Amino acid sequence: MVLIMLIATLYSPLSSFLMAQQTTAGRRYLRAFVSGFFVAVPVTVTVLDRFAYVARVEGASMQPFFNPEGGLKSDIVLLNRWSVRNYQVQRGDIVSIVSPKNPQQKIIKRVIGLEGDFIRTLGYKNQYVRVPDGHFWIEGDHHGHSLDSNSFGPATWTSSSCHR
Amino acid sequence: MFRRVLGKTLGFVGYTIQYGCIAHCAFEYIGEFVVCSGPSMEPTIINHDVVFSERMSRHLCKIQKGDIVIAKSPYDPNMNICKRVIGLEGDKVCTSSPSDLFKTHTYVPKGHVWLEGDNLRNSTDSRSYGPIPYALIRGRVCLKLWPPHSFGTLSESPTKRIIKTQSDSD
Repeated sequence: MVLIMLIATLYSPLSSFLMAQQTTAGRRYLRAFVSGFFVAVPVTVTVLDRFAYVARVEGASMQPFFNPEGGLKSDIVLLNRWSVRNYQVQRGDIVSIVSPKNPQQKIIKRVIGLEGDFIRTLGYKNQYVRVPDGHFWIEGDHHGHSLDSNSFGPATWTSSSCHR
Repeated sequence: MFRRVLGKTLGFVGYTIQYGCIAHCAFEYIGEFVVCSGPSMEPTIINHDVVFSERMSRHLCKIQKGDIVIAKSPYDPNMNICKRVIGLEGDKVCTSSPSDLFKTHTYVPKGHVWLEGDNLRNSTDSRSYGPIPYALIRGRVCLKLWPPHSFGTLSESPTKRIIKTQSDSD
């Protein structure tokens, strides 16, 4: 086992020295591919994290705005992450946040109230709620078929993006 | 002459964008350096300590009870808080202070975690604002880097507030 590792460590610098003597088209292609890969992947990941993100809306909680037919056809939306970089949204915006009940699921709902607003709730444990600082109240357009603030209370900034 | 300057400027801008994106990916998916302030985690982390927090555990949902995490404050998304995880979803946590006669308990709801600072007397944590959603966690602190005499991994909780259940000892 140790002998094999010794041979491997001696072989690799020797082989790369021999290969560097002859720059074939294959090696040039490989170098171009690797350098392109290291440019394209970080730039794409940064753009998807900071600027825009494409997502498919599933479920009936935002009918009739999204998925009006329901069932087979799902709407595809563009989420704007740049506009929420300062954590400012307005009432009436549709936002996508990570669900407070399940951190691996994202939900898309409409912002009804911002911090300091008084909300009359539909089916929440208190009938009137004051939205605390740093939180906002979201509801789906299709009341009754929606997992929103009426179930889990005011939502906070768990990685949200905005669709205007 | 003008074309050479334009070419060099474009090349410089291209390199800046490329290295900026690589830096963003490193800070977002690998780890970041955090300067901690405040007394709420003494004696484990003192004011002005520099720690390294890694992001992979949070993306893979592998945060465990007893880890120190950096999270977004639920009241101000621009502020970060550094606390220890006392309970994950479904765990029983003690909500009464040690001086109370009757002990009250609560269960952490689904998708939330219960955070407490190590310095129980001087820490605003889940005992005041309740459990926070798991998605607010940014990363897990794994190494203390500064001051040099306390370099290394961080110690276990000194407060003994973690209630160990049957399934933990497996």
